[in-house]
Amino acid sequence: MSEASPAKAYALHLGIIALLFVLSFVLPEYYHGLLARIMVLAVFAMGYNMLFGYVGLLSLGHAMFFGAGLYGAGLAIIQLGWGVPAAFIAGIACGAVLSLIIGLLALRTTGVAFMIVTMMFAQVFYLLILYFANWTGGDQGQVVPQPARVLDFGATALDLTNPTVRYMTALALFSFVLLVTLAIVRSRYGRVLVGIRENEERTKMLGYDTFSNKLMAVVVSGTICAASGAAYALLFGYVGSSFASVQYSILPLLWVLLGGAATTIGPLIGTVFMYYVIDVTSGYTSAYLLIVGIALILLVLFFPKGILGTIRQRWLGWLP
Amino acid sequence: MDKNKTFNLSKTGLTRRTALKGLAAGAGLAMAPGFVRYSQAQSSAPIKIGFQSHRTGIGAAYGRWYEKTTAAAVKAINAAGGINGRQVEVIIEDDGTDPGRGAEVVGKFATQHKTDIVFGTLFSHVVIGSAPAAGENKMPYFVVSEGHHVASTKLNRYVFQPGITDVKSQIQSMAPWIAANAGKKVTQIFPDFAFGYDHRDYLPPALKAQGAEVIAQIAIPPTESSFTKYFPQIPAETEVIYHVMVGPAVLTFVKELGEFYGSNRPQLFGFMDSLEAVDINSPGLEFLDGSHFWEGSPRYAQADDSAAQKAYRAAVGIDDNGAAVGDPKDVSTASHMFGCWETLYVVKKAMEDAGYKGPEDRAKLVEATEALTAFAEGPEHPQGPKTFNGKIHQCFGIQNISKVEGGKLKVVHKTKIEDGLYEAEGDYTKQAL
Amino acid sequence: MHFGPHLLLAALEGLVTSAVLALTALGLSLVFGVMRVVNVAHGEFFMLGAVLAWAISTAISGHPALGFLAALVIAPLIVGAIALVAERLVLRRLNYNPEATIVATIGMLYIIQQLALSFYGPEARPVEPPFSYRILLPWFGYSGYKLSIIAASALLLTATWLVLTRTKVGLIMRATQYDSETAQAFGIAVGRVYGGVFALGAMLAAIAAVLIVPISQAHYLMGQDPLLLSFIVVIIGGLGSLRGTVVAAVLIGLSDGIISMFFSPTLAKIIATLLVAMVLVFRPQGLFGTASR
Repeated sequence: MSEASPAKAYALHLGIIALLFVLSFVLPEYYHGLLARIMVLAVFAMGYNMLFGYVGLLSLGHAMFFGAGLYGAGLAIIQLGWGVPAAFIAGIACGAVLSLIIGLLALRTTGVAFMIVTMMFAQVFYLLILYFANWTGGDQGQVVPQPARVLDFGATALDLTNPTVRYMTALALFSFVLLVTLAIVRSRYGRVLVGIRENEERTKMLGYDTFSNKLMAVVVSGTICAASGAAYALLFGYVGSSFASVQYSILPLLWVLLGGAATTIGPLIGTVFMYYVIDVTSGYTSAYLLIVGIALILLVLFFPKGILGTIRQRWLGWLP
Repeated sequence: MDKNKTFNLSKTGLTRRTALKGLAAGAGLAMAPGFVRYSQAQSSAPIKIGFQSHRTGIGAAYGRWYEKTTAAAVKAINAAGGINGRQVEVIIEDDGTDPGRGAEVVGKFATQHKTDIVFGTLFSHVVIGSAPAAGENKMPYFVVSEGHHVASTKLNRYVFQPGITDVKSQIQSMAPWIAANAGKKVTQIFPDFAFGYDHRDYLPPALKAQGAEVIAQIAIPPTESSFTKYFPQIPAETEVIYHVMVGPAVLTFVKELGEFYGSNRPQLFGFMDSLEAVDINSPGLEFLDGSHFWEGSPRYAQADDSAAQKAYRAAVGIDDNGAAVGDPKDVSTASHMFGCWETLYVVKKAMEDAGYKGPEDRAKLVEATEALTAFAEGPEHPQGPKTFNGKIHQCFGIQNISKVEGGKLKVVHKTKIEDGLYEAEGDYTKQAL
Repeated sequence: MHFGPHLLLAALEGLVTSAVLALTALGLSLVFGVMRVVNVAHGEFFMLGAVLAWAISTAISGHPALGFLAALVIAPLIVGAIALVAERLVLRRLNYNPEATIVATIGMLYIIQQLALSFYGPEARPVEPPFSYRILLPWFGYSGYKLSIIAASALLLTATWLVLTRTKVGLIMRATQYDSETAQAFGIAVGRVYGGVFALGAMLAAIAAVLIVPISQAHYLMGQDPLLLSFIVVIIGGLGSLRGTVVAAVLIGLSDGIISMFFSPTLAKIIATLLVAMVLVFRPQGLFGTASR
């Protein structure tokens, strides 16, 4: 995070967005579809990184924010018959409200207690989905009907089930969140957050209200994750409780740690890497979880700061 | 010094790993069956069936037997000349019994393996999670799940369930026998999630039509591993306990019911889903002796088994006790896996009717499947005769009620197809292809 | 059933849950308290204990009690050895960094789970209880073996407590927990203590699993729930506090049983989880812990 090269950082990020745009035209069909999904989930990881990487708060409950977006958007269409834009906003709003409430409560704790409290709130959220099965579809989940997943502009219509439209929509969301993250990280506010991570007491003594800064970070993080969930429901057409389960709280943590915590591009790299390893290894053996497990341990042994964190530490100190 | 060493180590580690991965990926692409070789000569190329299998996750016990049955059916089909003169090839991908991964796997079949159809899913949430991907890729998706999701017409035109009766029909066809033979006052115990809700919602009206009633419904959370604390909720006047539990905790459920009641128990009626892949003679299950079960296809060989049933059992490799030949401890999932065998023969029939040549004929295959109306009992349908409703993409067959006697299950009643018919809830054929 | 007997049954069931939970959580709490390592693979050590119990008890013929007792001794030893190897090979090289160890133990979780699936299989398999005596109460029958679990757990917990408070080993462990740097300065081999504690934690989970497996089959995914519950117990009870861990386990086991008398079970779980979360929010150091760190 050196001051020297803001231009370099922005050029790199725009370059990555351009690269993803070009890839849309050259990737084989399968990887094209997979990358669209990865970009949406990378947004989830970026939201997680906001809190974990930059503020140092390890949450084990972010599946509830993803789930809030997923169900907020999905149920708005299925149960209320709303249109795509309204449903997307509904999903994001659900995430924002939920993260505000959770932030107010959970931020009273720190460290391990924060982990457990977020995990338990997420568990409550998950059980509520099961409890209101008549409305949510419970563990089986529900399909967002294909005809409802179309953006109607009168003359033209954008069909979100079309692979190209889907890819570009995912890319648009990804790019937006990436640039927002970069802007936050480079801002004064971003530096306050890092200050809190490194030494909360000192930051407090410097006159910052650390609680409200942290609360803000929880809300930003939760809202980004909800945007990812809402996009997932609209682009892939399924809302189900498994996306709110503990597993989906652990996944963004893994992606971020792999890619490099507190790096803006790390979440994308971690998500791509994890998907790639599972995809390649599952072609050879049904024991691919074994290989994932070994990969995790090797990574943490030899790349403790994640892929990008290690690169930043050793070669490219200016990486944001 | 020390740091430097790690530095070099990890650096070489990175390059070597990256190189290996690249190599592996390249090889994977080139070796993907039929990737280039067959694209020119389609007429002789095999028909490719993508098998979405539960190899890991909570469904793994089922996945293994689904694979065995599928392999046996494909072997039989190929030995008899294949489909439209072409051999059948099965490509298996693991979905981890997870709906998210399931959708990815369907996408992988459609865009990477370029299979002709996708087939074989059991768990309902994976079916529902994968259905949008199947519809968007216009990929015929034949599931063997027994869930009511296909027949509810909430999925899409590309999803079919032609090999196994759905649970709503199964429940409905059990009611007359329960009311007439087991008792009129029924308490239901079921898992507190969608699979259980089908039983919660469809049994009471079906029993009422027979002059019996459900007097209590006890829902148990899916994560529960101990059940005794729920048993006091069973009313004392209960004549029949109707139980459907799934998952690894089932044995506990039966054992604890045994400890709770001892020999002085109400009648028991259960769905075999509880004990699929579980030896009925496991310690603690003595309590089930004399109780009754729904069975899709009988686990134990019966005295009046048809020649087709015998041939099917031999082909799949299960002995008279429904366990793997040569390993009596490896108990099959007989009540469900026959659906894989029968579904593949339905696919064969539909492909032949459609004159199916390749993925460009997928819409024709959908229409040909919808045009089917009945499947006769025989080597292709060893479980029994079935009717098929093309509007709701669902088949309806006979069901078995078996009694636990001397450590075996003996079929005491076979329902009629009409017992399980119900009003269609929609019509897939009105959707665009 | 009337309220009284129903309550009795719920309490008995709750106590059995508590007994197993206390042992499992104590293992997690020790690792957590002494090493500051969040061991996500703890549930998998529990699962391994159950799976090994199945393997050992089926290998030994004769009276079921023989196989069970053998499993009770051998399974924890094997699990402890595996944990020790994992600690030496991975955790030590990570310098017990909190975040790195979380990822590493998630990796272990995947590895152990997959190996169990590959070599043991996806089925749930039963283990015969060492004895099957059904206690006949006026209102219902109850498993005698279940009651013996409560006794066995109480015995083991007392033994652990004695080791921790009355022996030199316990003193060394507590010293390391209190301040590892000072302990090192006084000549305590902190590395060895960590290895031993990690193995001991895994063994406690394995013992709990062997005890529970005759009433709830061995299955390769069975580690998930005990892990979550143990986390909750450890936090509620307070870091590294044995007394707190036990009280919290009893509290959570009993409340789970009794709340489910009044509400639909899923709603009961929602309420119970929410209650515990609120306790944490308003008393983050746990019920018995002193402020952490």
